[in-house]
Amino acid sequence: MKAAAFAYARATSVANALELLAVHGEKARVLSGGQSLIPAMNLRLVAPEVIVDIGDLAELRGIVVKGDTLVMGALTRHADLLKSSDIVKCAPLLGAAAAHVAHPAIRNRGTIGGSLAQADPASELPACMLALGATIVVHGPGGERRIAAEDFFTGIYETQLAPQDLLVAIELPVARTGSAHFFQEFARRHGDYAIVGLAAQAMLQGDRFADLRLGYFAVGDKPVLAKAASKLAGATITPALLAEASDALSHELDPHEDQQATPAMRRHLARVLLARCVASLLNRPDLNIGGRS
Amino acid sequence: MSSIRSNPQRLSVLDRPNSYIGKTVPRPNLDRLLQGRGSYVSDMELPRMAHVVFLRSPYAHAEIVSIDAAAARRMPGVIAVVTGKELADVITPWIGVLSHLKGLKSAPQSAIAVDRVCWQGEAVAAIVATSRAAAEDAVEHVGVEYRELEAVTDMRTALDPATPVIHASLGDNLAFERILDAGAVDQAFAGSDAVVEAEFIFGRHTGVTLEPRSVVADWDAAEARLTIYQGTQAPHMVQNIAALHLGLREAQVRVVCKDVGGSFGIKVHIYADEMATYALAKLLRRPIKFVADRVESFNTDIHARDHRCKGKIGVQRDGTITAFEIDDLTGIGPYSMYPRTSAIEANQVVNLVGGPYTTKNYRARARVVFQNKNVMCQYRAVGHPIACSVTEGLVDLAAMKIGMDPVEIRRRNLIADDAYPCASPSGLRFEQLSHHASLAKIVEMMNYEALRAEQAALRKQGIHRGIGIASFIEVTNPSAAFYGVGGAKISSQDGVAVRLDAQGSVICQTSITEQGQGSQSLTAQIVGSVLGVSMDRVRVILGDTDMTPYGGGTWASRGAGIGGEAALQATKILRKNILDVAAVILQSTPAELDIIDNAVVNVSDGARRIELDELARIVYFRPDTLPPGIQPEPMATRHYVPRDYPFAFTNGVQAAWVEVDTDTGFVKLLKHWVVEDCGTIINPQLVDEQIRGGVVQGLGAALFEKCVYDDRGQLTNANMADYLVPMSGEMPDIDVGHVVSPTRESELGAKGAGEAGTAGAAAAVANAVNDALKPFGTMITEIPLTPQVILSALGRI
Ligand SMILES: Cc1cc2nc3c(=O)[nH]c(=O)nc-3n(C[C@H](O)[C@H](O)[C@H](O)COP(=O)(O)OP(=O)(O)OC[C@H]3O[C@@H](n4cnc5c(N)ncnc54)[C@H](O)[C@@H]3O)c2cc1C
Repeated sequence: MKAAAFAYARATSVANALELLAVHGEKARVLSGGQSLIPAMNLRLVAPEVIVDIGDLAELRGIVVKGDTLVMGALTRHADLLKSSDIVKCAPLLGAAAAHVAHPAIRNRGTIGGSLAQADPASELPACMLALGATIVVHGPGGERRIAAEDFFTGIYETQLAPQDLLVAIELPVARTGSAHFFQEFARRHGDYAIVGLAAQAMLQGDRFADLRLGYFAVGDKPVLAKAASKLAGATITPALLAEASDALSHELDPHEDQQATPAMRRHLARVLLARCVASLLNRPDLNIGGRS
Repeated sequence: MSSIRSNPQRLSVLDRPNSYIGKTVPRPNLDRLLQGRGSYVSDMELPRMAHVVFLRSPYAHAEIVSIDAAAARRMPGVIAVVTGKELADVITPWIGVLSHLKGLKSAPQSAIAVDRVCWQGEAVAAIVATSRAAAEDAVEHVGVEYRELEAVTDMRTALDPATPVIHASLGDNLAFERILDAGAVDQAFAGSDAVVEAEFIFGRHTGVTLEPRSVVADWDAAEARLTIYQGTQAPHMVQNIAALHLGLREAQVRVVCKDVGGSFGIKVHIYADEMATYALAKLLRRPIKFVADRVESFNTDIHARDHRCKGKIGVQRDGTITAFEIDDLTGIGPYSMYPRTSAIEANQVVNLVGGPYTTKNYRARARVVFQNKNVMCQYRAVGHPIACSVTEGLVDLAAMKIGMDPVEIRRRNLIADDAYPCASPSGLRFEQLSHHASLAKIVEMMNYEALRAEQAALRKQGIHRGIGIASFIEVTNPSAAFYGVGGAKISSQDGVAVRLDAQGSVICQTSITEQGQGSQSLTAQIVGSVLGVSMDRVRVILGDTDMTPYGGGTWASRGAGIGGEAALQATKILRKNILDVAAVILQSTPAELDIIDNAVVNVSDGARRIELDELARIVYFRPDTLPPGIQPEPMATRHYVPRDYPFAFTNGVQAAWVEVDTDTGFVKLLKHWVVEDCGTIINPQLVDEQIRGGVVQGLGAALFEKCVYDDRGQLTNANMADYLVPMSGEMPDIDVGHVVSPTRESELGAKGAGEAGTAGAAAAVANAVNDALKPFGTMITEIPLTPQVILSALGRI
């Protein structure tokens, strides 16, 4: 379990990192927190010839609020999401989610940029990006691109990032009054990747949802912003309506099979999460129908 | 802690002033390990040392058509690429059988596969290079052509005529079969008010050690001696086997076992890759290091369990259990492991089922079959979790059938505490067990009645909690009955030498080993207590065949009971020898003197007469001042093996309190209790932590751990992300209580405690989950109890 030999370059600026990536192309890999890349290299699942370490780039650090937008540098650590008061105020969903990402030692190194670039379909943060309506800011040979989270994730470990691109920042709309969030995942051990999870962001209006965004993860080859949510927005929710939305969700999802769960189990758990989410956000225990139709 | 038998006379040598027995004292090796000064095999660097990496078969069953190593040999840093055929010139193959396991058969196994591979992960070639990384680079350039053969993977069809026979010379895939029929089982079932049957399924799992298997083998051609540095539980066994297959005398092999990062039975066997490493050192005449990486650990460290056991129980309306019957099937991989064999687990299952109960009617069949999967063998609590889960699952089923409380049915059937000595239907002899005292104690610890009330109240709110109880017996302190009688050169006796050094401290050499369970501590506690010196004056040396007496090592919960007794007896002699000299120096008699707190004192008034350092000074440097004819003996050696009973059985009971989320199938472990009886407790903290660690491994089996094979014999979760080792976040608090019935066989009275936790934990959890699911009319008899299994059973998916 030793990585194949590789060359190492420590980027001195974003521009320098982009130059290095331009020169080496597919043979290079960006090294951020290393919590996904290094295990993969040690298992010889990947064998990049050059590592471009962006760990030193102060430009990629920091969480700032600019008007209605929260901007997070790509090097923001998972641990920062748990600590930052700006996150608590502007995007509390991220803090709730980060608590489920791996373990403290990994959260101290792993970065949000790395997590989004890695695009593991069972990862928490990509689904949060969908729920929060994030914009991913990418620098590449052609300059800056701003990509909506919904378009960013394209498949298992696949994104709109080309080998020469660097993910530099994430922008989120700041949470407004009346917004609420829900996060829950099912994992057999705390810190594991989820079997199924849900990151949800809502706008409440009285006893209804003005808006409801359901970011599901570990339900297929990429995170899913469930369309079934539209059935619930603006309506008075009854168990029957919820069951209808659950059925729509079942149809919409196309989950994979793995050692933890069959597609049927994933669909079932996704429905359970929907009921828990709606019951919790509306404070309506009667809606916690446990995935039943 | 409560004692059901007191025997003050027998405890006298241990009950001395300042005794460490029964006290929680910190382990002497703690600071060293915590300050990072532990010395593990992977830390070792020797001059000219090379690293071996094994090219492992990607197929479960295949012919090796050709191996082309030319390109690999040219890679930077590569010293040699060695195939199985080439290595066969240096080391002979072996067959893992024992004569007392009648009919057990296996095929010759080589250090590196020759012509054919029989499981995915079997070594095909050794690549030796200047570093592990260089060797891994070269592995990718060895070209092996395989012809894939049909793999035998399902144990249920392994004996079908249509299934290929893995080893043609053996005739079939049956490694071992045992049949037992005691009492009058058919009659008992016929006369029962109810008979209940179930099939219990146990996932194949493994013991994941923090430190992987590691070896440095160093052949000294000048001395014609091989030194093996290895994290092993049985150094003398390794010495014997290495010598035997390398054509050496035992005196030419030294095995050194320094710190070991966990073993759990994984490191008590002889592995092909370790044998290959010894042989490579001899062949290449230089030190060779092998440290398994995590993926090869999963593919080659022995697996365990993987049983399918049909069970049947008869019961009367008054709760009397009338009979047990089982039919057990287990698949052990392509070879019976060497030298302890892979028939022991099934054999134990036959031995142990029904063991805590009075019924004499018991019928069993166990079949052990070959498969093209990794080898299976003894792992912590060998056979016990299977036997306990089957027995206790059946007892709960019987209770449910007749509508009796699970505690009550056990009360009515457990062997009475005053019925000993007695024997089980399978012939196990029990000296003194304490099932009823243990059950009473656990009921009190968990506040059983209150818990039942809480369960009922929560049930009304749709919260489904369950209580599970599991009584068990545990094999400890094995005599030669385990391996020796079957022809294996595995010592059941242990030896201890103690000597007074020139400043009045004590050096103790023992043949038991330390893998973290506290062998060093318990030895020092016994020596310090019996001699009358403080523990900081006792240095314990273990794990070196050149430096310690001959003995078995640490496995089968034997270290404290056997090695501890040897330490006690050796120290008694040393004490006598010291008092003899003291009496001469002090012109007194030995009877008037005692050793307390590092000094010889008067028995009468406790006055300090001579410090041990002063006595040692005279003994070593001024013997001329002693009267003529006085020759002090400042060193004593004693060996010990139990003779009266083949095994010192212990017993206990576990209870689990769980909550099942019936929407998701997730089980939350809320609390776990254990009461066990290991006889004399030398260090309560060490015993409690052995129990807790054992429980956690049992909980792993219950909920998390499983080696998942596909139908082509590929292990599909050979990594720490997909193979779920239990972690602290999911573990409940574990309360441990004790009942103390010392064995009369030894003066120490200690039985083993290392496996009790693992023996009953899964059974308690499975019973608790079924108790929680009672209103749903489901009964699950499969572990691990994954959300998928539970949701399926509930019909939710
Ligand atoms: C034991 C363990 C458990 C884990 N559990 C979870 C979990 O439950 N949930 C979860 O979400 N994650 C989990 N992770 C992964 C962890 O969250 C990683 O931190 C994350 O996936 C990757 O972030 P990183 O900064 O470490 O990226 P790296 O490992 O450095 O990089 C990952 C990939 O992204 C690319 N990359 C990184 N940064 C950029 C960038 N700025 N621009 C372009 N490409 C980039 C790299 O080239 C590489 O391909 C776990 C990891 C471990 C080791």
